[in-house]
Amino acid sequence: MAVLNINGKSVNATVDPRTPLLWVLRDTLGMTGTKYGCGIAQCGACTVLIDGMATRSCQVAINSVGNRKITTIEGLSVDGKLNKIQAAWVEHDVPQCGYCQSGMIMAATALLAAKPNPTDADIDAAMTNICRCGTYQQVREAIHTAAKA
Amino acid sequence: MTIQTSLGRRNFLVSGTAVAGGLSLGFRLPFTDGAAHAAEVQELNAWVVIHPDDKVVIRIARSEMGQGTLTGLAQLVAEELECDWAKVTWEYPTPGENVKRNRIWKNFSTGGSRGIRESNEYVRQGGAMAREMLIAAAAADWKVPATECSAAKSIITHKSSGRTVGFGKVAEAAAKLEPPKEVKLKDPKDWQIAGKPIKKLDTLEKVTGTQIYGIDFTMPGMLIAAVKASPVNGGKLKSFDAAKVEKMPGVKKVVAIDGNAVAVVAETYWTAKTALAALPVEWDFGKNGNVQQEDIVAMLKEGLDAPEAFVGNKVGDAKTAIDGAAKKVTATYSFPYQHHVTMEPMNATARYSADKCEVWCGTQNGEAALAATSEAAGLPIAKCEVYKQMLGGGFGRRGRADYVRQAVLIAKEMPGTPVKMIWSREEDMTHCQYHPTTMCKLTGGLDKDGNLVGLHIRISGQSILASLLPQNLVNGMDPATFQGFAASGPEATYGYTVPNLLIDHAMRNPHLTAGFWRGVNVNQNTVYMECFMDELAEAAGQDPLAFRMKLLKPKYAAVLKAAADKAGYGKPLPAGRFHGLAQVMGYGSYVAGVAEVSVSPEGQMKVHKITAATDSGYVVNPAQIERQVAGSFVYGLSAALYGEITVKDGAVEQTNFDSYNVMRMNEMPVVETALVPSGGFWGGVGEPTIAVAAPSVLNAIAKATGKRVRNLPLMHHELKKGA
Repeated sequence: MAVLNINGKSVNATVDPRTPLLWVLRDTLGMTGTKYGCGIAQCGACTVLIDGMATRSCQVAINSVGNRKITTIEGLSVDGKLNKIQAAWVEHDVPQCGYCQSGMIMAATALLAAKPNPTDADIDAAMTNICRCGTYQQVREAIHTAAKA
Repeated sequence: MTIQTSLGRRNFLVSGTAVAGGLSLGFRLPFTDGAAHAAEVQELNAWVVIHPDDKVVIRIARSEMGQGTLTGLAQLVAEELECDWAKVTWEYPTPGENVKRNRIWKNFSTGGSRGIRESNEYVRQGGAMAREMLIAAAAADWKVPATECSAAKSIITHKSSGRTVGFGKVAEAAAKLEPPKEVKLKDPKDWQIAGKPIKKLDTLEKVTGTQIYGIDFTMPGMLIAAVKASPVNGGKLKSFDAAKVEKMPGVKKVVAIDGNAVAVVAETYWTAKTALAALPVEWDFGKNGNVQQEDIVAMLKEGLDAPEAFVGNKVGDAKTAIDGAAKKVTATYSFPYQHHVTMEPMNATARYSADKCEVWCGTQNGEAALAATSEAAGLPIAKCEVYKQMLGGGFGRRGRADYVRQAVLIAKEMPGTPVKMIWSREEDMTHCQYHPTTMCKLTGGLDKDGNLVGLHIRISGQSILASLLPQNLVNGMDPATFQGFAASGPEATYGYTVPNLLIDHAMRNPHLTAGFWRGVNVNQNTVYMECFMDELAEAAGQDPLAFRMKLLKPKYAAVLKAAADKAGYGKPLPAGRFHGLAQVMGYGSYVAGVAEVSVSPEGQMKVHKITAATDSGYVVNPAQIERQVAGSFVYGLSAALYGEITVKDGAVEQTNFDSYNVMRMNEMPVVETALVPSGGFWGGVGEPTIAVAAPSVLNAIAKATGKRVRNLPLMHHELKKGA
């Protein structure tokens, strides 16, 4: 049994220790905000924060996590209040199909923590998540708005 | 917290009673507070439901997949209903209820940018009729003529007495009234809700991770299946050794389906996927297993000069005109297979018993999914139901119900147990109905003054209808192949006036299944036509814009001019940057794009900006159209830069994003959009601008480098100076 620190809570998960964090979140813990897109750390749909670092959870075996702090999209709003990044996403009406947006928001969270006022080049470098609907322009605008918030 | 509804003519019972599946039963919960109270809510007609607290539930038959149709359709209903937009929520009716109620919601199919352009009239009528019934009920209560009453922002007012009442208070009485026979719809110039840049109704869930997509669906006792079908289309399952994996912890069952696939059902997806990978399987690929990419290329090349071809558009005598022309220009282009690559891989959950089969899935065609459920289950439609889930992308892929069939067949092996089937990205990438591959040979004749006197466009390649809907072929011809080239019609009509024109198609069908891919055949036909237009202009010694303007019909010309003006076409650009143009009419809308591109001496190409113009007739939500235009360029440019599905030994070679690359943030150009609605028609906006992305960029590259790229994707081309 793995004891995980997710969104500030201690959570038990009885799974094969090699199971990727993504599938523990989704199938074992019912936290489906984190998405499966490729399974090979290419698309970023499964991005979560581990100790604040944007990490593709499809490539993180559960036995490698230890007691590091995991933050998922479900952990961003507090008491039903959107955080500034989510609020910027709403302001720019970013999502289209929305499937990639949890990962986008998590990647943006890590970016803004590291660089509170990112340049376009910083955004290009950090935001490597794939969006097939093509929301990149709105994602960029929302990150700049969140930076100013 | 759930909603249990029976879509009867009048009343819904909404309650907090727990039912397996909760929200996922296909209806968005009208009560967001989840309070366990029951209330009478009133269905005024198929489209409008009103709660006692004034909440308005608008029913949406088309599927939302990011294109914004949900919000746009709701705006149209709300506009006529005269309700308070802040009180609007939405729900999907189910395909099964549509069948039971004599298709009261009409077409569920969501493709061809048809959502708004095809259903705007009847959904607006639904809103207007409900409004009239609400007003009539209030007027009857007040004992005044209905003509003295009006509705605005969910409140009915009797002007002379100043009495007012909210929709929720009169909804019950209104629901008992006969609907008016006729209603007058508003002139779009009077719109207050429609026509405005309103934010999407489904954004909040998508930024909090609470939106449930098909892949997120869950219910008690549910198992999860991983599936593997023959890697070669048309191949058969020969054998598999279930004993090797059946005893793995968490594995419940190994099943063969349809004679061409095997699935492992387990407690979790990871267990199912791991066991499936360890399962020994043998296939019989048949003759398709020998097909190589060069065979497909050769097949298409042969069609370029084949004597027999279906004629899609003919004016005068192109061949004679070209033979007699002062100058002859010829070029051959090609467009490879493309994959949709929805971010959410195909999936569906099915629960089968001998007298009922239910499916929960994202689908672009709920009724096709229902038919596939019925067929796979071997049960009549009346005993089947499909609960539509949010789609993590569609792009045409989810219009086909092959994945629904598989899920039902798997569930049928475990009666009573709900089974969620998820395709791995690899399974998804290698089992698709791909954007067809075609080649095109264009031959144009110019007179001594550089006027285009004759044009022959020969398409060679795969037909979508032959793959998916052979019953829709017309004497063997696939009219959809000529999208963008059609002589007339509201869809994708050819915009140039050429005195002698022949557009024909030598159908050549390789073994991969071809299908509808966002933009469909408009995509490659626009690459061919618009790149060749630049080649013709160059041969004529004329500017590409001026050359086009002489030949374009008025609406096409107006949109191209709008894009060129907004982009500053013809004015000086920053050093090293070049403009390329393209235009087309697709899905009822006229669109054009101007790409601003640079190519470094090392051959590094960058699309700095694309300026687009769209004439969709009417504009229901300008902000969402702008998003569709920008998004469509990402789709079109991804295909142009990287998109290519190839075949080896009959199987698709690309398996995931590492071998099928797509555009990311760092390659995103600035997109500026001019909306130039000319009124009087309803054009679609989800697809048409995709088609101008690639040719406008290719035309700019030719200007920048002198190199004419005629075969996509661009990643295979060296753009370096001197190379």
